[in-house]
Amino acid sequence: MTELWTLFLSAAFVDNMPLTLFLGLCTFLALSKRPESAIGLGIAMMGVLGVTVPLNWLIYQGVLAPGAWSWAGLPELDLSYLALIAFIGVIAASVQLLEMVLDRFFPAIHAAFGSFLPLLTVQCAILAGSLFMVDRSYTLAESAVFGLGSGFGFAIAVAMLGAIRSRLAYADLPNGLRGLGIAFVLTGLMSLGFASFAQMAVSQ
Amino acid sequence: MAARVDLWTTLTEPLMRQNPVTLQILGICSALAVTTSLATALTMSVSLTVVLTLSAVAISLIRRHLPDTIRLIVQIVIVASLVIVIDQVLQAYFAEISRALSIYVSLITTNCLVLGRTEAYARHHAPLPAAVDAFGNGLGYSLILLVLGGLRELFGRGQLFGWQVLPLADAGGWFTPLSLMLLAPSAFFLLGGLVWAIRSLLPEQAEAPEHEPPVQTRAVE
Repeated sequence: MTELWTLFLSAAFVDNMPLTLFLGLCTFLALSKRPESAIGLGIAMMGVLGVTVPLNWLIYQGVLAPGAWSWAGLPELDLSYLALIAFIGVIAASVQLLEMVLDRFFPAIHAAFGSFLPLLTVQCAILAGSLFMVDRSYTLAESAVFGLGSGFGFAIAVAMLGAIRSRLAYADLPNGLRGLGIAFVLTGLMSLGFASFAQMAVSQ
Repeated sequence: MAARVDLWTTLTEPLMRQNPVTLQILGICSALAVTTSLATALTMSVSLTVVLTLSAVAISLIRRHLPDTIRLIVQIVIVASLVIVIDQVLQAYFAEISRALSIYVSLITTNCLVLGRTEAYARHHAPLPAAVDAFGNGLGYSLILLVLGGLRELFGRGQLFGWQVLPLADAGGWFTPLSLMLLAPSAFFLLGGLVWAIRSLLPEQAEAPEHEPPVQTRAVE
Protein backbone atom coordinates (compact mmCIF):
# COMPACT_ATOMS: atom_id res chain seq x y z
CA MET A 1 0.00 0.00 0.00
CA THR A 2 2.75 2.46 0.93
CA GLU A 3 4.52 1.55 -2.30
CA LEU A 4 1.45 2.53 -4.30
CA TRP A 5 1.25 5.81 -2.41
CA THR A 6 4.91 6.50 -3.18
CA LEU A 7 4.26 5.76 -6.84
CA PHE A 8 1.32 8.16 -6.82
CA LEU A 9 3.43 10.94 -5.31
CA SER A 10 6.35 10.39 -7.62
CA ALA A 11 4.09 10.30 -10.71
CA ALA A 12 2.37 13.50 -9.60
CA PHE A 13 5.34 15.56 -8.43
CA VAL A 14 8.78 14.09 -9.18
CA ASP A 15 7.98 13.03 -12.75
CA ASN A 16 5.45 15.76 -13.35
CA MET A 17 4.24 15.35 -16.94
CA PRO A 18 4.35 18.91 -18.32
CA LEU A 19 7.06 20.39 -16.12
CA THR A 20 9.76 17.72 -15.95
CA LEU A 21 9.00 15.43 -18.89
CA PHE A 22 7.71 18.08 -21.35
CA LEU A 23 4.59 16.06 -22.15
CA GLY A 24 1.27 17.52 -23.18
CA LEU A 25 2.68 21.02 -23.49
CA CYS A 26 0.54 22.07 -26.44
CA THR A 27 -2.75 21.87 -24.52
CA PHE A 28 -0.93 22.89 -21.33
CA LEU A 29 -0.03 26.25 -22.89
CA ALA A 30 -3.10 26.68 -25.07
CA LEU A 31 -5.76 26.13 -22.40
CA SER A 32 -4.16 27.80 -19.38
CA LYS A 33 -5.18 31.39 -20.14
CA ARG A 34 -8.15 31.16 -17.75
CA PRO A 35 -8.22 29.27 -14.42
CA GLU A 36 -11.68 27.77 -15.16
CA SER A 37 -10.65 26.14 -18.42
CA ALA A 38 -7.38 25.05 -16.81
CA ILE A 39 -9.21 23.21 -14.01
CA GLY A 40 -11.60 21.61 -16.50
CA LEU A 41 -8.66 20.34 -18.53
CA GLY A 42 -6.98 19.03 -15.37
CA ILE A 43 -10.03 17.01 -14.30
CA ALA A 44 -10.49 15.61 -17.80
CA MET A 45 -6.82 14.55 -17.88
CA MET A 46 -7.16 12.71 -14.55
CA GLY A 47 -10.23 10.85 -15.76
CA VAL A 48 -8.80 9.85 -19.12
CA LEU A 49 -5.37 8.84 -17.80
CA GLY A 50 -6.91 6.87 -14.93
CA VAL A 51 -9.02 4.88 -17.41
CA THR A 52 -6.72 4.41 -20.40
CA VAL A 53 -3.51 3.32 -18.66
CA PRO A 54 -5.00 0.25 -16.89
CA LEU A 55 -7.09 -0.55 -19.99
CA ASN A 56 -4.00 -0.49 -22.18
CA TRP A 57 -2.22 -2.67 -19.63
CA LEU A 58 -4.92 -5.32 -20.04
CA ILE A 59 -4.67 -5.16 -23.82
CA TYR A 60 -0.88 -5.20 -23.86
CA GLN A 61 -0.55 -8.12 -21.45
CA GLY A 62 -3.46 -10.06 -22.95
CA VAL A 63 -2.81 -9.65 -26.66
CA LEU A 64 0.41 -7.89 -27.59
CA ALA A 65 3.17 -8.86 -25.13
CA PRO A 66 5.75 -11.47 -26.21
CA GLY A 67 4.32 -14.88 -25.27
CA ALA A 68 0.76 -13.65 -24.78
CA TRP A 69 -0.48 -16.18 -27.35
CA SER A 70 1.27 -19.19 -25.83
CA TRP A 71 -2.10 -20.67 -24.76
CA ALA A 72 -2.99 -20.86 -28.45
CA GLY A 73 0.22 -22.69 -29.28
CA LEU A 74 2.08 -19.63 -30.56
CA PRO A 75 4.65 -18.91 -27.82
CA GLU A 76 7.02 -17.07 -30.18
CA LEU A 77 4.48 -14.57 -31.44
CA ASP A 78 5.57 -11.05 -30.45
CA LEU A 79 3.12 -8.34 -31.41
CA SER A 80 4.58 -5.63 -29.21
CA TYR A 81 5.47 -3.49 -32.22
CA LEU A 82 1.74 -2.99 -32.76
CA ALA A 83 1.41 -1.38 -29.32
CA LEU A 84 1.40 2.16 -30.69
CA ILE A 85 -1.59 1.67 -32.99
CA ALA A 86 -3.47 -0.34 -30.38
CA PHE A 87 -2.92 2.30 -27.68
CA ILE A 88 -4.01 5.17 -29.91
CA GLY A 89 -7.14 3.22 -30.84
CA VAL A 90 -7.97 2.50 -27.20
CA ILE A 91 -7.40 6.12 -26.24
CA ALA A 92 -9.58 7.48 -29.05
CA ALA A 93 -12.33 4.99 -28.23
CA SER A 94 -12.30 5.57 -24.48
CA VAL A 95 -12.28 9.34 -24.87
CA GLN A 96 -15.34 9.02 -27.09
CA LEU A 97 -17.00 6.64 -24.61
CA LEU A 98 -16.22 8.86 -21.64
CA GLU A 99 -17.78 11.79 -23.44
CA MET A 100 -20.94 9.80 -24.19
CA VAL A 101 -21.24 8.50 -20.61
CA LEU A 102 -20.78 11.96 -19.14
CA ASP A 103 -23.29 13.43 -21.56
CA ARG A 104 -25.87 10.79 -20.58
CA PHE A 105 -25.46 10.59 -16.81
CA PHE A 106 -23.67 13.77 -15.68
CA PRO A 107 -24.78 16.53 -18.04
CA ALA A 108 -23.53 19.23 -15.65
CA ILE A 109 -19.96 17.91 -15.70
CA HIS A 110 -20.17 17.38 -19.43
CA ALA A 111 -21.21 20.97 -19.98
CA ALA A 112 -18.33 22.15 -17.80
CA PHE A 113 -15.45 20.48 -19.59
CA GLY A 114 -16.93 18.36 -22.36
CA SER A 115 -15.38 20.48 -25.08
CA PHE A 116 -11.85 19.53 -23.97
CA LEU A 117 -12.41 15.82 -24.20
CA PRO A 118 -11.98 15.32 -27.98
CA LEU A 119 -8.72 17.28 -27.82
CA LEU A 120 -7.28 14.73 -25.44
CA THR A 121 -7.11 12.04 -28.13
CA VAL A 122 -4.00 13.64 -29.58
CA GLN A 123 -2.51 14.64 -26.26
CA CYS A 124 1.01 13.29 -26.00
CA ALA A 125 0.84 13.00 -22.20
CA ILE A 126 -1.92 10.40 -22.44
CA LEU A 127 -0.15 8.24 -25.01
CA ALA A 128 3.05 8.65 -22.99
CA GLY A 129 1.29 7.34 -19.87
CA SER A 130 0.61 4.05 -21.66
CA LEU A 131 4.08 3.88 -23.22
CA PHE A 132 5.78 4.46 -19.84
CA MET A 133 3.58 1.74 -18.36
CA VAL A 134 5.04 -0.76 -20.86
CA ASP A 135 8.55 0.65 -20.53
CA ARG A 136 8.63 0.31 -16.73
CA SER A 137 6.63 -2.99 -16.65
CA TYR A 138 4.07 -1.97 -14.04
CA THR A 139 1.43 -4.35 -12.63
CA LEU A 140 -2.28 -3.65 -13.11
CA ALA A 141 -2.69 -1.87 -9.74
CA GLU A 142 0.48 0.11 -10.28
CA SER A 143 -0.59 1.23 -13.73
CA ALA A 144 -3.95 2.48 -12.41
CA VAL A 145 -2.22 4.42 -9.62
CA PHE A 146 0.37 5.75 -12.08
CA GLY A 147 -2.35 6.98 -14.45
CA LEU A 148 -4.25 8.76 -11.68
CA GLY A 149 -1.07 10.24 -10.22
CA SER A 150 0.16 11.64 -13.53
CA GLY A 151 -3.26 13.12 -14.21
CA PHE A 152 -3.29 14.69 -10.74
CA GLY A 153 0.16 16.21 -11.31
CA PHE A 154 -0.93 17.62 -14.67
CA ALA A 155 -4.09 19.07 -13.09
CA ILE A 156 -2.13 20.83 -10.33
CA ALA A 157 0.43 22.26 -12.75
CA VAL A 158 -2.12 23.53 -15.26
CA ALA A 159 -4.33 25.05 -12.55
CA MET A 160 -1.34 26.90 -11.09
CA LEU A 161 -0.23 28.22 -14.48
CA GLY A 162 -3.81 29.29 -15.25
CA ALA A 163 -3.99 31.24 -11.99
CA ILE A 164 -0.69 33.03 -12.64
CA ARG A 165 -1.53 33.86 -16.25
CA SER A 166 -4.93 35.32 -15.35
CA ARG A 167 -3.14 37.75 -12.99
CA LEU A 168 -0.52 38.57 -15.61
CA ALA A 169 -3.21 39.64 -18.07
CA TYR A 170 -3.02 43.05 -16.41
CA ALA A 171 0.79 43.29 -16.45
CA ASP A 172 2.61 45.60 -18.81
CA LEU A 173 4.96 43.25 -20.63
CA PRO A 174 7.35 43.94 -23.52
CA ASN A 175 5.54 43.40 -26.83
CA GLY A 176 7.54 40.39 -27.98
CA LEU A 177 7.21 38.59 -24.68
CA ARG A 178 3.44 38.86 -24.43
CA GLY A 179 1.45 35.63 -24.60
CA LEU A 180 3.56 32.64 -25.59
CA GLY A 181 6.93 34.04 -24.53
CA ILE A 182 5.97 34.83 -20.96
CA ALA A 183 4.10 31.52 -20.70
CA PHE A 184 7.38 29.72 -21.45
CA VAL A 185 9.29 31.74 -18.88
CA LEU A 186 6.59 31.06 -16.25
CA THR A 187 6.60 27.36 -17.05
CA GLY A 188 10.37 27.38 -16.68
CA LEU A 189 10.13 28.97 -13.23
CA MET A 190 7.48 26.47 -12.16
CA SER A 191 9.62 23.66 -13.48
CA LEU A 192 12.52 24.99 -11.40
CA GLY A 193 10.23 24.80 -8.36
CA PHE A 194 9.09 21.28 -9.18
CA ALA A 195 12.73 20.22 -9.58
CA SER A 196 13.01 20.46 -5.80
CA PHE A 197 10.53 17.58 -5.50
CA ALA A 198 13.23 15.34 -6.95
CA GLN A 199 14.93 15.55 -3.55
CA MET A 200 11.80 13.98 -2.05
CA ALA A 201 12.43 10.75 -3.93
CA VAL A 202 16.04 10.63 -2.76
CA SER A 203 15.29 11.17 0.92
CA GLN A 204 12.70 8.40 1.11
CA MET B 1 6.64 30.65 -63.20
CA ALA B 2 4.01 31.85 -60.76
CA ALA B 3 3.50 28.30 -59.55
CA ARG B 4 7.19 27.96 -58.82
CA VAL B 5 7.25 31.20 -56.79
CA ASP B 6 4.23 29.89 -54.90
CA LEU B 7 5.96 26.64 -54.01
CA TRP B 8 9.03 28.59 -52.91
CA THR B 9 7.00 30.73 -50.48
CA THR B 10 5.20 27.63 -49.22
CA LEU B 11 8.60 26.16 -48.46
CA THR B 12 10.26 29.20 -46.88
CA GLU B 13 7.32 30.73 -45.05
CA PRO B 14 7.36 28.20 -42.14
CA LEU B 15 11.09 28.72 -41.55
CA MET B 16 10.71 32.01 -39.73
CA ARG B 17 7.50 33.93 -40.47
CA GLN B 18 5.12 31.02 -39.82
CA ASN B 19 7.43 28.89 -37.71
CA PRO B 20 5.47 25.90 -36.38
CA VAL B 21 7.05 25.94 -32.92
CA THR B 22 7.28 29.62 -32.07
CA LEU B 23 4.17 30.95 -33.81
CA GLN B 24 1.71 28.13 -34.35
CA ILE B 25 2.44 26.47 -30.94
CA LEU B 26 2.67 23.04 -32.57
CA GLY B 27 4.99 20.23 -31.56
CA ILE B 28 6.50 21.84 -28.50
CA CYS B 29 6.68 18.73 -26.31
CA SER B 30 9.29 16.94 -28.36
CA ALA B 31 11.10 20.18 -29.21
CA LEU B 32 12.03 20.60 -25.56
CA ALA B 33 12.53 17.02 -24.47
CA VAL B 34 15.12 15.89 -27.00
CA THR B 35 17.33 18.97 -27.17
CA THR B 36 19.87 18.09 -24.49
CA SER B 37 22.35 17.29 -27.26
CA LEU B 38 22.74 18.12 -30.92
CA ALA B 39 22.81 14.48 -32.07
CA THR B 40 19.40 13.58 -30.56
CA ALA B 41 17.96 16.87 -31.82
CA LEU B 42 19.15 16.09 -35.35
CA THR B 43 17.76 12.53 -35.26
CA MET B 44 14.42 13.79 -34.02
CA SER B 45 14.29 16.53 -36.68
CA VAL B 46 15.01 14.08 -39.49
CA SER B 47 12.47 11.54 -38.19
CA LEU B 48 9.78 14.15 -37.81
CA THR B 49 10.41 15.71 -41.23
CA VAL B 50 10.22 12.28 -42.90
CA VAL B 51 7.01 11.31 -41.10
CA LEU B 52 5.45 14.70 -41.75
CA THR B 53 6.23 14.75 -45.48
CA LEU B 54 5.19 11.15 -46.13
CA SER B 55 1.95 11.43 -44.19
CA ALA B 56 1.09 14.70 -45.93
CA VAL B 57 1.55 13.04 -49.32
CA ALA B 58 -0.46 9.97 -48.28
CA ILE B 59 -3.35 12.00 -46.94
CA SER B 60 -3.31 14.39 -49.86
CA LEU B 61 -3.54 11.41 -52.25
CA ILE B 62 -6.68 10.04 -50.59
CA ARG B 63 -8.23 13.42 -49.79
CA ARG B 64 -11.10 13.01 -52.24
CA HIS B 65 -12.10 9.58 -50.90
CA LEU B 66 -11.88 10.39 -47.22
CA PRO B 67 -15.22 10.87 -45.43
CA ASP B 68 -15.13 13.78 -43.01
CA THR B 69 -16.48 11.86 -40.04
CA ILE B 70 -13.69 9.30 -39.80
CA ARG B 71 -10.81 11.40 -41.12
CA LEU B 72 -9.11 11.86 -37.73
CA ILE B 73 -8.88 8.13 -37.12
CA VAL B 74 -7.60 7.49 -40.65
CA GLN B 75 -4.97 10.21 -40.31
CA ILE B 76 -3.79 8.90 -36.94
CA VAL B 77 -3.52 5.36 -38.26
CA ILE B 78 -1.44 6.53 -41.25
CA VAL B 79 0.85 8.57 -39.02
CA ALA B 80 1.17 5.77 -36.45
CA SER B 81 2.16 3.25 -39.14
CA LEU B 82 4.87 5.58 -40.45
CA VAL B 83 6.15 6.19 -36.93
CA ILE B 84 6.38 2.46 -36.26
CA VAL B 85 8.54 2.10 -39.39
CA ILE B 86 10.84 4.95 -38.33
CA ASP B 87 11.07 3.56 -34.80
CA GLN B 88 12.05 0.11 -36.05
CA VAL B 89 14.67 1.60 -38.42
CA LEU B 90 16.20 3.64 -35.59
CA GLN B 91 16.27 0.62 -33.28
CA ALA B 92 17.96 -1.45 -35.97
CA TYR B 93 20.64 0.99 -37.14
CA PHE B 94 21.04 3.66 -34.43
CA ALA B 95 20.41 1.67 -31.24
CA GLU B 96 22.21 4.14 -28.97
CA ILE B 97 20.35 7.25 -30.15
CA SER B 98 17.10 5.31 -30.14
CA ARG B 99 17.63 4.57 -26.44
CA ALA B 100 18.41 8.23 -25.71
CA LEU B 101 15.20 9.32 -27.43
CA SER B 102 13.23 6.62 -25.52
CA ILE B 103 9.51 7.09 -26.04
CA TYR B 104 9.72 10.45 -27.80
CA VAL B 105 9.98 8.84 -31.24
CA SER B 106 6.71 7.01 -30.65
CA LEU B 107 5.24 10.27 -29.48
CA ILE B 108 5.64 11.74 -32.99
CA THR B 109 2.26 10.04 -33.51
CA THR B 110 0.54 12.52 -31.26
CA ASN B 111 2.80 15.43 -32.19
CA CYS B 112 0.33 18.18 -32.87
CA LEU B 113 2.54 19.41 -35.72
CA VAL B 114 1.88 16.34 -37.88
CA LEU B 115 -1.86 16.26 -37.32
CA GLY B 116 -2.07 20.05 -37.49
CA ARG B 117 -0.47 20.27 -40.93
CA THR B 118 -2.35 17.33 -42.42
CA GLU B 119 -5.59 18.73 -41.06
CA ALA B 120 -4.96 22.34 -42.08
CA TYR B 121 -3.13 21.96 -45.39
CA ALA B 122 -2.69 18.48 -46.87
CA ARG B 123 -6.42 17.75 -46.71
CA HIS B 124 -7.20 20.52 -49.21
CA HIS B 125 -4.18 20.53 -51.53
CA ALA B 126 -2.61 18.39 -54.25
CA PRO B 127 0.25 16.05 -53.27
CA LEU B 128 3.11 18.30 -54.48
CA PRO B 129 2.21 21.50 -52.58
CA ALA B 130 1.26 19.37 -49.58
CA ALA B 131 4.67 17.71 -49.59
CA VAL B 132 6.44 21.07 -49.97
CA ASP B 133 4.43 22.59 -47.13
CA ALA B 134 5.11 19.60 -44.88
CA PHE B 135 8.82 19.68 -45.73
CA GLY B 136 9.00 23.41 -45.00
CA ASN B 137 7.30 22.96 -41.65
CA GLY B 138 9.64 20.09 -40.88
CA LEU B 139 12.59 22.37 -41.66
CA GLY B 140 11.19 25.16 -39.47
CA TYR B 141 10.80 22.69 -36.61
CA SER B 142 14.31 21.34 -37.22
CA LEU B 143 15.75 24.87 -37.16
CA ILE B 144 14.38 25.54 -33.67
CA LEU B 145 15.44 22.11 -32.45
CA LEU B 146 19.00 22.49 -33.73
CA VAL B 147 19.38 25.99 -32.26
CA LEU B 148 18.13 24.79 -28.87
CA GLY B 149 20.13 21.55 -28.99
CA GLY B 150 23.30 23.40 -30.02
CA LEU B 151 22.99 26.02 -27.26
CA ARG B 152 22.20 23.47 -24.57
CA GLU B 153 24.99 21.09 -25.53
CA LEU B 154 27.53 23.91 -25.99
CA PHE B 155 26.88 25.55 -22.63
CA GLY B 156 25.88 22.42 -20.71
CA ARG B 157 28.84 20.25 -21.67
CA GLY B 158 31.12 22.45 -23.79
CA GLN B 159 30.60 20.06 -26.70
CA LEU B 160 29.06 20.02 -30.15
CA PHE B 161 28.02 16.63 -31.59
CA GLY B 162 30.07 15.07 -28.76
CA TRP B 163 33.28 16.92 -29.77
CA GLN B 164 34.86 19.02 -27.03
CA VAL B 165 34.66 22.61 -28.34
CA LEU B 166 35.25 24.59 -25.16
CA PRO B 167 38.11 23.23 -22.97
CA LEU B 168 36.70 22.13 -19.60
CA ALA B 169 38.07 23.53 -16.35
CA ASP B 170 38.50 19.97 -15.04
CA ALA B 171 40.80 19.15 -17.94
CA GLY B 172 42.97 22.26 -17.62
CA GLY B 173 40.82 24.61 -19.77
CA TRP B 174 38.74 27.57 -18.66
CA PHE B 175 35.11 26.51 -19.25
CA THR B 176 32.93 25.42 -16.32
CA PRO B 177 29.83 23.59 -17.64
CA LEU B 178 26.46 25.02 -16.66
CA SER B 179 24.64 21.88 -15.65
CA LEU B 180 21.38 23.84 -15.42
CA MET B 181 21.43 23.90 -19.24
CA LEU B 182 20.87 20.14 -19.29
CA LEU B 183 17.87 20.29 -16.93
CA ALA B 184 14.23 20.89 -17.83
CA PRO B 185 13.81 24.56 -16.77
CA SER B 186 16.53 25.92 -19.05
CA ALA B 187 14.74 24.51 -22.10
CA PHE B 188 11.69 26.60 -21.23
CA PHE B 189 13.79 29.71 -20.63
CA LEU B 190 15.73 29.32 -23.88
CA LEU B 191 12.60 28.76 -25.95
CA GLY B 192 10.90 31.71 -24.23
CA GLY B 193 13.90 33.87 -25.08
CA LEU B 194 13.91 32.60 -28.67
CA VAL B 195 10.21 33.48 -29.04
CA TRP B 196 10.98 36.92 -27.65
CA ALA B 197 13.88 37.42 -30.06
CA ILE B 198 11.89 36.33 -33.14
CA ARG B 199 8.93 38.49 -32.18
CA SER B 200 11.16 41.49 -31.64
CA LEU B 201 12.59 41.04 -35.13
CA LEU B 202 9.14 40.50 -36.65
CA PRO B 203 6.83 42.71 -34.58
CA GLU B 204 3.70 41.65 -36.50
CA GLN B 205 3.88 38.31 -34.66
CA ALA B 206 3.42 39.88 -31.21
CA GLU B 207 0.14 39.05 -29.51
CA ALA B 208 -2.30 41.86 -28.77
CA PRO B 209 -2.65 42.76 -25.09
CA GLU B 210 -5.80 41.37 -23.45
CA HIS B 211 -6.35 44.50 -21.40
CA GLU B 212 -5.41 48.05 -22.25
CA PRO B 213 -3.80 49.79 -19.28
CA PRO B 214 -6.31 52.18 -17.66
CA VAL B 215 -6.06 55.70 -19.00
CA GLN B 216 -5.11 58.31 -16.44
CA THR B 217 -8.01 60.72 -16.34
CA ARG B 218 -7.17 62.64 -13.17
CA ALA B 219 -4.63 64.90 -14.90
CA VAL B 220 -7.38 66.22 -17.20
CA GLU B 221 -9.66 67.30 -14.38
